Amino acid sequence: MVAETSAAKTTPSIGVYLRNNIREYGLLVALVVIMLFFQVVTNGVLFKPVNITNLILQNSFIVIMALGMLLIIVAGHIDLSVGSIVAFTGGISAIMLVKWNLHYAVVVPLCLILGGMVGAAQGYWVAYQKIPSFIVTLAGMLVFRGLTYLVLQNRPIGPFPKDFQVLSTGFVPDFLAFLNPAPGTITNLAALVVVVALVALAIYYGIKGRRTNVLHGTENEPLAFFILQMAVIAVVAIFLGFQLSTYKGFPNVLVVMGLLIALYTFVTTRSTIGRRIYAMGGNEKAAKLSGINTERLTFYTFVNMGVLAALAGMIIAARLNSATPKAGVGFELDVIAACFIGGASASGGVGKMTGAVIGAFIMGVMNNGMSIMGLGIDYQQLVKGLVLLAAVFFDVYNKNKG
Amino acid sequence: MDNIILEMRGITKTFPGVKALDDVNLKVREGEIHALVGENGAGKSTLMKVLSGVYPAGSYDGEIHYDGEVRNFSTISDSEHLGIIIIHQELALVPLLSIAENIFLGNEIAEKGVIDWPQTFSRTRELLGKVGLKEPPTTRITDIGIGKQQLVEIAKALSKKVRLLILDEPTASLNETDSDALLKLLMEFRKQGMTSIIISHKLNEIKTVADKITILRDGGTVETLDCHNEDIGEDRIIKGMVGRDMEDRYPAREPKIGETLLEVKNWNVYHQHHRDRQFLYDVNFTVRAGEVVGIAGLMGAGRTETAMSLFGKSWGHRISGDVFMHGKRVDVSTIPRAIAAGLAYVTEDRKHLGLVLNNNIMHNTTLANLDAVASSGVIDTHAEAKVATDYRSKLRIRSHSIYQEAVNLSGGNQQKVVLSKWLFTSPEVLILDEPTRGIDVGAKYEIYTIINQLAAEGKGILMISSEMPELLGTCDRIYVMNEGRIVAELSRSEASQESIMRAIMRSGEKH
Ligand SMILES: Nc1ncnc2c1ncn2[C@@H]1O[C@H](COP(=O)(O)OP(=O)(O)OP(=O)(O)O)[C@@H](O)[C@H]1O
Ligand SMILES: [Mg+2]
Repeated sequence: MVAETSAAKTTPSIGVYLRNNIREYGLLVALVVIMLFFQVVTNGVLFKPVNITNLILQNSFIVIMALGMLLIIVAGHIDLSVGSIVAFTGGISAIMLVKWNLHYAVVVPLCLILGGMVGAAQGYWVAYQKIPSFIVTLAGMLVFRGLTYLVLQNRPIGPFPKDFQVLSTGFVPDFLAFLNPAPGTITNLAALVVVVALVALAIYYGIKGRRTNVLHGTENEPLAFFILQMAVIAVVAIFLGFQLSTYKGFPNVLVVMGLLIALYTFVTTRSTIGRRIYAMGGNEKAAKLSGINTERLTFYTFVNMGVLAALAGMIIAARLNSATPKAGVGFELDVIAACFIGGASASGGVGKMTGAVIGAFIMGVMNNGMSIMGLGIDYQQLVKGLVLLAAVFFDVYNKNKG
Repeated sequence: MDNIILEMRGITKTFPGVKALDDVNLKVREGEIHALVGENGAGKSTLMKVLSGVYPAGSYDGEIHYDGEVRNFSTISDSEHLGIIIIHQELALVPLLSIAENIFLGNEIAEKGVIDWPQTFSRTRELLGKVGLKEPPTTRITDIGIGKQQLVEIAKALSKKVRLLILDEPTASLNETDSDALLKLLMEFRKQGMTSIIISHKLNEIKTVADKITILRDGGTVETLDCHNEDIGEDRIIKGMVGRDMEDRYPAREPKIGETLLEVKNWNVYHQHHRDRQFLYDVNFTVRAGEVVGIAGLMGAGRTETAMSLFGKSWGHRISGDVFMHGKRVDVSTIPRAIAAGLAYVTEDRKHLGLVLNNNIMHNTTLANLDAVASSGVIDTHAEAKVATDYRSKLRIRSHSIYQEAVNLSGGNQQKVVLSKWLFTSPEVLILDEPTRGIDVGAKYEIYTIINQLAAEGKGILMISSEMPELLGTCDRIYVMNEGRIVAELSRSEASQESIMRAIMRSGEKH
């Protein structure tokens, strides 16, 4: 028994810390191992600048939707309709841009609002009428797929205006080109400089955070971990940044994705809304009795999911340069799998944004790596399914042991 | 009868960061009722979980001798095969299944996987007879009260050829009548030669049934008292539990009563599920500043329902009536509004309604008033940690830190976390529903002290309790409820166990 008077410990021992956080480090290690594995079996293609760029372009929308899906899963629900929302909003955006010749600055916000409305339409039944989300979104999956076929009249629409395409497939221009010391290898200096600056900022705030934690007696991770983690992140980030800088630099979607990841991580870890979602997922009745408007909160997690799915829908449509009724089929499975690989619990209340993002990257690297290897869709699905099962088994195993 | 059936030697069990048991010894003779007492978090439940194989052999140190042999149980069914049956602090019945199905769950009377219903029912009736229940075996668990559910658990234990029955706080949520019935049953079983271990914080019960009392403190064995050798009083047990003499059970208080804070008028409520059945009839009451007001009554009198319907309509349907704070009518129709009006409700059901079990102490503490540690929706984690740390030390919550998950706390400490949560909303009127259920004497005293402090600060306290001595010891005024009505209001000087019971009886005759 530790007496209740024992001074607040600010750093747990390494052993205890590792056991409590094995999930997160395990996930990061898994991602690195998977990347190295594919790097070897694809004879070094995986980390080629072109391929890294492709990987980002191909998977950004999975990551973006995983951010919203994690909130839904943490809240204790599920959303099966995101693939159909992707197709629906992509289709509507195509009609507005191609048929009605509207400017993208009008279309993009309109489609995001449309996505929000689709989310609201489903969230209403889940939150206020207490119909299980599995059923509501299964219905939504069929309804919005059907609507997509209707509005597109069964035909793909395209191509899109150039300026809209660039949103998804374009790159951040090299605003530091005039400083470039080695124009031969580095073709986009800005990418490298920005990555280095971000890494420096991360380290600075990491150290500062630890200082204030000590000051306030808040728990810190062991120093060795902090250093190791920062070192790994710095090396990987700078390496990737360098690779990108030797090609076209940062894809626009990478910037969007990065900003959204930062925003949603902040929301889950620091905002009252985030905290309330976790509490609601952990025990809805207790959360309600604590004065939390659980209906409204549930409703908004679905609205949010709809908006993110609409964003993903436009990114995909722009990248493929056509909106088809078949867009996004099966995406919901990749997105949900990403969250569960990332450690979310199917019964709600548990899951981290960083986990979902890493989970999405794991899915992405596997998709990409297996495609390069020339494996068919059959094997890809088989492998992904097994990885999902293994990840969740790892969770359950850990929980029972601890 | 001098046969030692169970001996646990040098049991040590560690959880990450906590040594829950440290070299504990326990010796139980065949055919006796052995009581296990100790403060919240002393390790009683943990010790019983070690014994029954919930924590498998190898996850703890020490030896278990049962029936003359060293045993290493690796699952619960290992210990059940030898007749060790544990009934946990939280009941483990499936609410929507029938009594019969629950009793034989996992142990069905079946031939090649096909259940033999006639035999199941007749066996169930036989078992129910032994525990004094007359319900038909097909009754669903949700349709019987908690006291009867407890008896069903015991019937289930009997179905498994029990030799050593372990009951972890079996009477914590029972009223006196149900508790008495259960204790009588235990004594009946003792006559038939069964051994039992009972954990309880109700020392008067322990005194009536126990042959031996083993006291745990801070994860270690303090002593074992033999009730037949000497006359053991409650004070003697308490001394062993807390390690010092406790002069009084209730801290002294000088009531300084001010103006009326809360007034409820003509409160009528219909049943949550049976929507055309009226449940509360014209309930009227007041709580004044600095006053501790009690609500006494039997199970089902409508006390919890009164509190919950008042607190943001969280129970009931077709609610009508008026609520005044400081003489002004307030809107309490949603929980956030009730909180804003200055009410707080500390639930009797902390596991299901009070805590987010997989969240830590800190997150639970700030949940109902998160905005106080946040600005524009962003939580100030340091301010939050400070709040949680303050309440942890003020309420003496035993845990290794504020980051410990609520699920790993002992029952009493969980209750203190729920209390912290509501204290942090700085309510004007605090409604406490069975605030000391399952809480040890020392912690009870602490909670009474907190109540007194709040009253001294000019807050109003409304306390619902099934333990009459507690109401009599702490309240300035007591309302008595029966069948959805307030049937009496007794001042401190008028109130006594007899006057309360008399009020209940008299009202029962009228209807
Ligand atoms: N799974 C767990 N992980 C970590 N600590 C635990 C766990 N289970 C129990 N503990 C700790 O072990 C100690 C003993 O807990 P236990 O539940 O045995 O107490 P108890 O004597 O039954 O108390 P109560 O009377 O409140 O039920 C407590 O400090 C508790 O926090
Ligand atoms: Mg216990």
